Amino acid sequence: MPRNKELKSVLIIGSGPIIIGQACEFDYSGSQAARSLREEGIEVTLINSNPATIMTDSVTADNIYLKPLEKKYIIEILKKHKIDAVLPTMGGQTALNLAIDCQEAGIWEDFGVEIIGVDINAIQTTEDRELFRKKMLELNVNVCEGRTAKSFLEGKEIAQEIGFPLVIRPSFTLGGYGGGFVHNKEEFETALTRGLHASPVHEVLIEQSILGWKEYELELLRDGAGNVIIICSIENFDPMGVHTGDSITVAPAMTLPDTVYQHMRDLAIKMMNGIGKFAGGCNVQFAVNPEDDSIVGIEINPRVSRSSALASKATGYPIAKIAAKLAIGYNLDELKNAITGSTSAFFEPTLDYVIVKIPRWNFDKFVGADRKLGLQMKAVGEVMGIGRNFQEALQKACQSLEINRNGMGADGREWTKQEQILDSLEHPSWDRIFRIYDALKLGISRKTIFKLTKIDKWFLNQIEELVHLEQEIKGYTLESIPEELMRLAKQKGYADRQIAHLLHCLESEVYNKRKSMGINRVWKLVDTCAAEFEAQTPYYYSAFDEENESVSSDKKKIIVLGAGPNRIGQGIEFDYCCVHGVLAAKEAGYETIMINCNPETVSTDFDISDKLYFEPVFWEHIYEIIEHEKPEGVIVQLGGQTALKLAEKLERYGVKIIGTSYKALDLAEDRGSFSDLLKKNDIPYPEFGVAENADEALEACKEIGFPLLVRPSYVLGGQSMKIVINEEELEEHVVDILKKIPNNRILLDHFLDGAIEAEADAICDGENVYIIGIMQHIEPAGIHSGDSYAVLPPYNLGDLIIHQIEDYTRKIALALDTVGLLNIQFAIKDDKVYIIEANPRASRTVPFICKAYGEPYVNYATKVMLGDKKVTDFDFKPTKKGYAIKIPVFSFNKFPNVNKQLGPEMKSTGEAIYFIDDLRDEFFYQIYSERNLYLSR
Amino acid sequence: MDKVQRKSCILLLEDGSIFHGYGIGLIGTTSGEICFNTGITGYQEVYTDPSYYGQILVNTTSHIGNYGVLDAETESGSVKIKGLVVKKFSDIFSRIQAEGSLQKYLEEAKIVGISDIDTRKLVRHIREKGAMNAIISSEIDDIDKLKELLSAVPSMEGLELASQVSTKETYFEGNPDAPLKVAVLDLGIKRNILRNLTSKGCYCKVFPSGTSFEEMNSWNPDGFFISNGPGDPASTTYAVETVKEIIKRDIPVFGICLGHQIIALANGITTYKMHHGHRGLNHPVKNLVTGKCEITSQNHGFSVSSDSVKNNENVEITHINLNDGTVEGIKILGKKAFSVQYHPEAAPGPHDSWYLFDQFIALMGEAETV
Repeated sequence: MPRNKELKSVLIIGSGPIIIGQACEFDYSGSQAARSLREEGIEVTLINSNPATIMTDSVTADNIYLKPLEKKYIIEILKKHKIDAVLPTMGGQTALNLAIDCQEAGIWEDFGVEIIGVDINAIQTTEDRELFRKKMLELNVNVCEGRTAKSFLEGKEIAQEIGFPLVIRPSFTLGGYGGGFVHNKEEFETALTRGLHASPVHEVLIEQSILGWKEYELELLRDGAGNVIIICSIENFDPMGVHTGDSITVAPAMTLPDTVYQHMRDLAIKMMNGIGKFAGGCNVQFAVNPEDDSIVGIEINPRVSRSSALASKATGYPIAKIAAKLAIGYNLDELKNAITGSTSAFFEPTLDYVIVKIPRWNFDKFVGADRKLGLQMKAVGEVMGIGRNFQEALQKACQSLEINRNGMGADGREWTKQEQILDSLEHPSWDRIFRIYDALKLGISRKTIFKLTKIDKWFLNQIEELVHLEQEIKGYTLESIPEELMRLAKQKGYADRQIAHLLHCLESEVYNKRKSMGINRVWKLVDTCAAEFEAQTPYYYSAFDEENESVSSDKKKIIVLGAGPNRIGQGIEFDYCCVHGVLAAKEAGYETIMINCNPETVSTDFDISDKLYFEPVFWEHIYEIIEHEKPEGVIVQLGGQTALKLAEKLERYGVKIIGTSYKALDLAEDRGSFSDLLKKNDIPYPEFGVAENADEALEACKEIGFPLLVRPSYVLGGQSMKIVINEEELEEHVVDILKKIPNNRILLDHFLDGAIEAEADAICDGENVYIIGIMQHIEPAGIHSGDSYAVLPPYNLGDLIIHQIEDYTRKIALALDTVGLLNIQFAIKDDKVYIIEANPRASRTVPFICKAYGEPYVNYATKVMLGDKKVTDFDFKPTKKGYAIKIPVFSFNKFPNVNKQLGPEMKSTGEAIYFIDDLRDEFFYQIYSERNLYLSR
Repeated sequence: MDKVQRKSCILLLEDGSIFHGYGIGLIGTTSGEICFNTGITGYQEVYTDPSYYGQILVNTTSHIGNYGVLDAETESGSVKIKGLVVKKFSDIFSRIQAEGSLQKYLEEAKIVGISDIDTRKLVRHIREKGAMNAIISSEIDDIDKLKELLSAVPSMEGLELASQVSTKETYFEGNPDAPLKVAVLDLGIKRNILRNLTSKGCYCKVFPSGTSFEEMNSWNPDGFFISNGPGDPASTTYAVETVKEIIKRDIPVFGICLGHQIIALANGITTYKMHHGHRGLNHPVKNLVTGKCEITSQNHGFSVSSDSVKNNENVEITHINLNDGTVEGIKILGKKAFSVQYHPEAAPGPHDSWYLFDQFIALMGEAETV
């Protein structure tokens, strides 16, 4: 059936602020869906409270509502616009739940809105564990033995019936929240109580545990005619027991024979067809018993999911884009494969490479949190590595994580205590993959490792091969290493830095050596079809193979470095900035090249930049791309610390940094020089000192005076930042920092107790400064800016204060020779404005200001950076009406043992925007009155 | 493959292209027409598929060998490919049910292979230049010598190969009391076709490729099945004659792959050698009769001419390939004869097209009641 011409206007529901279990993958899906519908001439209206998204940008949709995801705002939209249909499958469980709410309240019916892309009954079936079980049994699909309990007593009866070990899954919760494995009665009773509380309907499923079975996922698309395709098979490296969002996953499935895979495929199709007739995407999870290859259905999600985002990036098949087309009536055979441009969209992608996804955790931000992985997702982001083989993909993923590792192994950071290693294998946390390597290196048998982890032996063998290879390399020196061995190491994903560690030499020496051996990166295409057809899409990954497919053009080009994995302190805001940077550079006539490794993002969509290199934002990967592409320069100020920290080396290698120079970036980070700059410009700052050990700190504190804000230099999101009030606390914290970050220069600032905090973002072209926005925080100084409510414009700062803020911002911008964006944070006490810090780069608040004022500031800033435009060339016309409040959003509920305590170290995972007309607003009043509630230190 | 000795190996193509890698399987020399399969799973089924007889197969998927081998997952009694080209080869496998490693299996089957070459470059090359002959050697490193050996390899075009892989003796499959009797012309049949037929209530008698119509018909079957197989359909003239007789008498007949091409030839439709064929598990086919689409398993280097079918008023195209519009299925109008180019029996591949066996059974059922 061709597209339904009746549909002229569609509402897409977003997923709201980023929380653990629901991250920026839904910005990717929402943006793709919106673009896909607009291509068809459909008017797209979008609701999402998350300002840091591309989906809520005027480049994406026709009408944008940055409003809370609540029924009353849906009604508000429906009253204002004639909406023909709602597409609720692009915004995760949040959007589906809102759609159900509206359905139950009869809202869709009242306004004559059709629900497309999903069947409400299907959601009920898939979210209600008991209904799901019944449906599966009806379909003849095996599921785990189990029943739902609505009371404690009922739960106990079921446990007695099935026997331990058991798994508890609360109904209608996100990311496995509140669930867990239990092995005995004591564990069971605690977990049952927690589960019943966690479920909004106070219902849990108590199930037979299939801990250790192999876990798989399939991504499906189905059209209105019932045609189904499987986009991707994903194998979980971590078997059943670890939430799939917390599992390392691999595509395509590595250890499945065709017989088992096709059986799984049949079951998946049967399950999708069984839950309802809708046109769209679906994710199905299975467990396979390794003993006899029998298959059990675990769950089915009738919507675009985290895994669909991964599958899209893994295969090149744009799932959200096609799912949106199917929702408006197209059939798969009526659409073209967007990658080849010539073949049919009805086909199943095939891979001639391997992808490995590794989640990124942030346990360090949640002191006291249970770091063990289980049924409840705890990761805050993820990275994907693409390689010609599993080992290369694994190494690349490890290099992408930014956890101070150069990859897997060969960096002197392995553990050597057997007992610790064995314990960590049995109780998986964020580092299990590294501990497996350590175990193998220590000579612990694959058999023992398998016993403790149940990880498929093929994977364990792959890691063991790496250990053997390293041992072989260690037998040589830089001079004697044979070409064949060097090539093998590079093909297995070893970074030059890792090889240098093994050969006891410098990274640059390894680089030069291999270049002299003719061992170079080439770039291969992600083309959905294993090269069977010619592809039009410039989506590349590197490999040490023979043929290079990435042709470097002679156009003038710009490379934008992405922000890598999402984590606390560096989230989706930076992807927003990167995407706008790319689009602006395109407008300025450049060929744009994006480098990033985060599969959840819009920046890694193949139709954003002219060329996408899906690669770690890691020195040698980016440097070889630069050598190949020869760009005019590299933009580092949009991709957060990830991109910024490469500036120094880029500068050293003579690569032009677009915008603010490395020198200025460095100056702003260097407390001493920066304070000199402030002093020279007559700008106040809190008393400060620098210490490299506890003695120096104790000496310095005498002059500065308590309370002190103590923090390491060159870190992100206020990592290890703390306020101390006496010498004892100071010493303790200094020792603590130096243990975590040896040789750090620790910064000690006098903490302005009770001060008001404010921040400003500005664009500067080196001569002119335009302040895009000033925000006043609601909480007093001491809470990290990312965790504070911020009000744009300030709500009670006097003219004098505002004048000082504006004046200092201009002075600093010019003094730093800023070309591009700049963020400055201020503390205000006794009518005096102090500078806390200045960052000459895109900040977390830039997207918020863009959305609040409805202006494309990143676009402007990029054109300024490129020298294409001056600040004075733009006609700034911000929409200023009332106030916009930035609301920090936390994921504390994922860590039941962690109290919500806020301090100088950032802990929020996302943000929402909320507009108020005036300060009499009830919401404002409430947060203002609670401003001191959570401050700890 | 890293712990064992890495033996260097060469792949030489007819057009002079050379690839250097490591030897897998048997250490030795082999030659044949090179073709690639884009499937991710099912290597053992592919290697034992008689339609690959005489060919050097390139697996495009990155890793091969991971789940070992299992006799129950073979499509014929032996490995049929002539040589193997893969990216990463694993002699370590993890599947508990597996009976052994792929390395040992290939060695025993005397199959020479090469790993660790840029298979993607090779596939792009074949895509550009088309199918051609190739030689793999892990024992000869003299390129001139290899060129000489390669020049002696015959071209696939015009080659009759079905008789070489067909059964020599007739044999039976299934339950003798089953309701339907199917006479199978074995041109290189895959086991899963017989499994499908027998599981759906057919008792099959499998005949050698050169068997005459009279001999097959004397068993008094309810229907005929013309199997898949290797080689140029235009050179498999004996089978074309057999099929002409079946159609003349309007006995139900179903053909797969080579069988499909032969049914077309028996109706005066021409076939041609494709540029580089279709081999994989993800080929999109549309059933023009029902409008439904299916993901199919394919393996063919020859095809039925679309124009030739369109010019034949007795034959209707029932299935087309959504990627390139080639003919995937035909029906002989007014006769109980139909055929498909792809492999509804899968093995390896999706099961979307199993319905065709039911269609065949229904056709035989109708013939019964008439």
